[in-house]
Amino acid sequence: MAYTIEGNTGPWEIVVGLEVHAQVISKAKLFSGAATDFGAPPNSQVSFVDAAFPGMLPVLNQECVAQAVRTGLGLNAQINLTSRFDRKNYFYADLPSGYQISQFEHPIVGTGVVEIELADGSTRQIGVTRLHLEQDAGKSLHDQSPTKTYVDLNRSGVGLMEIVSEPDIRSPEEAGAYLRKLRSILRYLGTCDGNMEEGSMRADVNVSVRKSGEPYRTRCEVKNVNSIRFVMQAVEVEAIRQIEVWESGGEVRQETRLFDSARGETRSMRSKEDAHDYRYFPDPDLLPLVLEQSWVDGLRAALPELPDTKRARYITDYGLSAYDATTIVDEQNRAYFFEGLIKQGVPAKIAANSVLGAISARLKSENLDFEKASPNKLNEISGVSISVLLGFKEQKISWQVANTIIQTTSVCSTEDAMREIAANEQITDTSAIDAAVDAIMAANPDKVAEYRSGKDKLFGFFVGQVMKAMAGKGNPALVNAAIKAKLG
Amino acid sequence: MISDFTLASARAALRQRDISALELTNHFLTAIDTLNPVLNAFITVTPDLARAQATAADAALARGEHGPLTGIPLAIKDLFCTAGVRTTAASRILEPFVPPYESTVSANLLRDGAIFLGKANLDEFAMGSSNATSAFGPVINPWTRAGDNRQLVPGGSSGGSAAAVAARLALGATATDTGGSIRQPASFCGIAGIKPTYGRCSRWGVVAFASSLDQAGPIARTVEDCAILLGSMAGHDPKDSTSANIAVPDFAAACRRGVKGLRIGVPREYRSDDMPAEIETMWQQGLSWLRDAGAEIVDVSLPHTKYGLATYYIVAPAEASSNLARYDGVRYGARTDGADLIELYENTRADGFGAEVKRRIMIGTYVLSAGYYDAYYIRAQKVRSLILKDFTDVFAKVDALLTPTAPSAAFGLGERMEDPLKMYFNDVFTVPANMAGIPGMSVPAGLDANGLPLGLQVLGKPFDEETVFAVAQAIETAAQFTTQPSIRAKG
Repeated sequence: MAYTIEGNTGPWEIVVGLEVHAQVISKAKLFSGAATDFGAPPNSQVSFVDAAFPGMLPVLNQECVAQAVRTGLGLNAQINLTSRFDRKNYFYADLPSGYQISQFEHPIVGTGVVEIELADGSTRQIGVTRLHLEQDAGKSLHDQSPTKTYVDLNRSGVGLMEIVSEPDIRSPEEAGAYLRKLRSILRYLGTCDGNMEEGSMRADVNVSVRKSGEPYRTRCEVKNVNSIRFVMQAVEVEAIRQIEVWESGGEVRQETRLFDSARGETRSMRSKEDAHDYRYFPDPDLLPLVLEQSWVDGLRAALPELPDTKRARYITDYGLSAYDATTIVDEQNRAYFFEGLIKQGVPAKIAANSVLGAISARLKSENLDFEKASPNKLNEISGVSISVLLGFKEQKISWQVANTIIQTTSVCSTEDAMREIAANEQITDTSAIDAAVDAIMAANPDKVAEYRSGKDKLFGFFVGQVMKAMAGKGNPALVNAAIKAKLG
Repeated sequence: MISDFTLASARAALRQRDISALELTNHFLTAIDTLNPVLNAFITVTPDLARAQATAADAALARGEHGPLTGIPLAIKDLFCTAGVRTTAASRILEPFVPPYESTVSANLLRDGAIFLGKANLDEFAMGSSNATSAFGPVINPWTRAGDNRQLVPGGSSGGSAAAVAARLALGATATDTGGSIRQPASFCGIAGIKPTYGRCSRWGVVAFASSLDQAGPIARTVEDCAILLGSMAGHDPKDSTSANIAVPDFAAACRRGVKGLRIGVPREYRSDDMPAEIETMWQQGLSWLRDAGAEIVDVSLPHTKYGLATYYIVAPAEASSNLARYDGVRYGARTDGADLIELYENTRADGFGAEVKRRIMIGTYVLSAGYYDAYYIRAQKVRSLILKDFTDVFAKVDALLTPTAPSAAFGLGERMEDPLKMYFNDVFTVPANMAGIPGMSVPAGLDANGLPLGLQVLGKPFDEETVFAVAQAIETAAQFTTQPSIRAKG
């Protein structure tokens, strides 16, 4: 069922394209040697190039180029062996040179595709139009003084990848799924940390609406939305706004809008008539960027396994459900954690259940998740989980006990885990189990009689009583077998 | 006499300890004190720095250490950023600007032992052909017409560099050439100057005018002096992406190669009806000198030359309009406050830029605007590649070209200012080399009827400055140009 919004005149389809700005992971900026660390004191990471001093020249950072190519390869996209940098000219206080170096006509990456998975289990292909490299601007700080604006140039010149999608997205859910998938691919590739809160990934959302079967109507661009949830909200509220405009006899005007997350609405920033004339022209300070096919091939060969491939492998090799596989690969750290358990001999399904269950719960109780947890923390929990899950596999402990140990935040090392396993080790001694069963039957003659007269449901009562008497340590299979044998 | 020194002979005297670097430097500083009030060739003079550098040079020479330029006093065009020394580009907007860094070219000169006397005047942001657009006042040409004391322009934009060298206020100077700014003032001032191949000298730290055309080069009294200076200035610089990673040959040695067997092209399109007859005569004289020295003269055609100037005045302003956007009063340089950001920009740039700079920013903004970009900028780039192809085709047949440097001798101060097109026409013979990126050198060849110097231009293949030097040297040797300007340092 295609997603539609019901208006007064019937259902409306929505058409969405996303422009994602992803900050390139790189020690240095796109055209200068200055550092790129987030959160450094204002203007502490600024070279004379970034501040556009007289006579300063840009020199392309090859690592940023490699990151863009890796990303293009991860998006199954065409890599353009020749691309070019252009100047986009406009005046603003946080744009020191008066132009942004970008790629206008000849981007480094051409068309590609991102496959998204939806809640109903279906998948869709979202086209990628292009990816190009460009510089970020600095930041204007309007809240430092009542009369002045301050400028922080730390971000000025930081490399960005602008990833433009085709207008293939048809619902807020698809917009969210596309962004999540894109972020996941970027993180697997190590080309962008995908951290929307810190601004290292931002989205411009192009929205239009139409009746089924119509060509595209006029679109509006909602600028700089900084979370996946807000993108989904922005798509919805902007679509509803446009439907109201059309249905009240008006016409949607092409314009740039802002999303106000507090009020849940979009507001006009500037109309098409006020749009800048950016006077693009090739940057004469830079030569055309020419790549060797063999160099691109080398990057391709060194790419990590990406989410789609991983997901398919989890389903075929490990027999995971599509849902479990999708959920595990969605987060790179979670997938690596899962594979770490398997490498140590934990059966795949047990590993999957635990990763999605007790291990996620453990992280949550420590106010963490797979993304936020430090590598040390994940190693610690991995060590505990491996010991515990192998203990379960070897039937030393029950599933319930296993889950309890994993979720105990004070269990922080393999040693802690081994001690807990020893303390909770299952009793497999059949004579002890038989004795416990005998004692329970002797204490409940009425229940025994009821069971034997056909009340099968009481079987669970006996299991529970015996386990309780054995302090939960009885091997469940052996306990069941003994009860079944003795009750007849 | 110190004033008679060429750079090469001063270097020999320093190495033989016939003179100390400090004596030499003091001589030039005194000469500047005397004549700069007349010529206005320097915007900033740095006597203390020069003397300190001279003292260090003498110490090095005493230890028997000498670099290619140890102890040689030079003028630095005020477009090259010099660490700790104000760099203005002859503009109000950079009047207070003191760069914390040294341009690669000037750093190369310091590395080789040069002494900097100060910063030479120029047209504002190197935009001009008369040095009359400087915010620090015009430079006066040390030459005057015979029997006429009226002041003449030194040419531009490197007018301060040319005037300083011609008047013996320095042994040589750095300059830059975007459309003829080295060659035309050299021609007007009766000295030599070379614009090397685009990419030969780093542009890093040189205030940008038009990035795809700007190229640094030397101005000096002789061809050999230019060769020595270029040898130090040139070289690959990883900080400039357009700098060529090509070894720097021994340019001075190339001056001694001779021209025997070289084929010299005469582009017929450089001949025009309104060119003064004496320039045509001198051109023919130059060709016959080269023929006498063993070169073969060949008529060639550069059919797109006639579009060179028009194309140049699209490409150069387009790049300039973008390059000069950074002068906004926010981070450095002069600022005129305003009620808001837009007003700050408007006030700062209205006060900071002169009329010619504003004119070019407006032309450049116009030709890059939506709707005009294809008709102007894109078409200009196409013509530019045709101009380059002209040269490529011709250089398959000849080793170098000989043309006049400029369509006239130096003109009077204040002349041609009312008509920018007439002023732009000064660059008609020099612009094609910038459009094609090839090397071009002006060498003094004779005097016109008024006793003013005229230069001939040698154009060469990309990265073949050696042949250019050889041809220019042959002309210099034959011309025996010994006349000196009326205003010059004595002693």
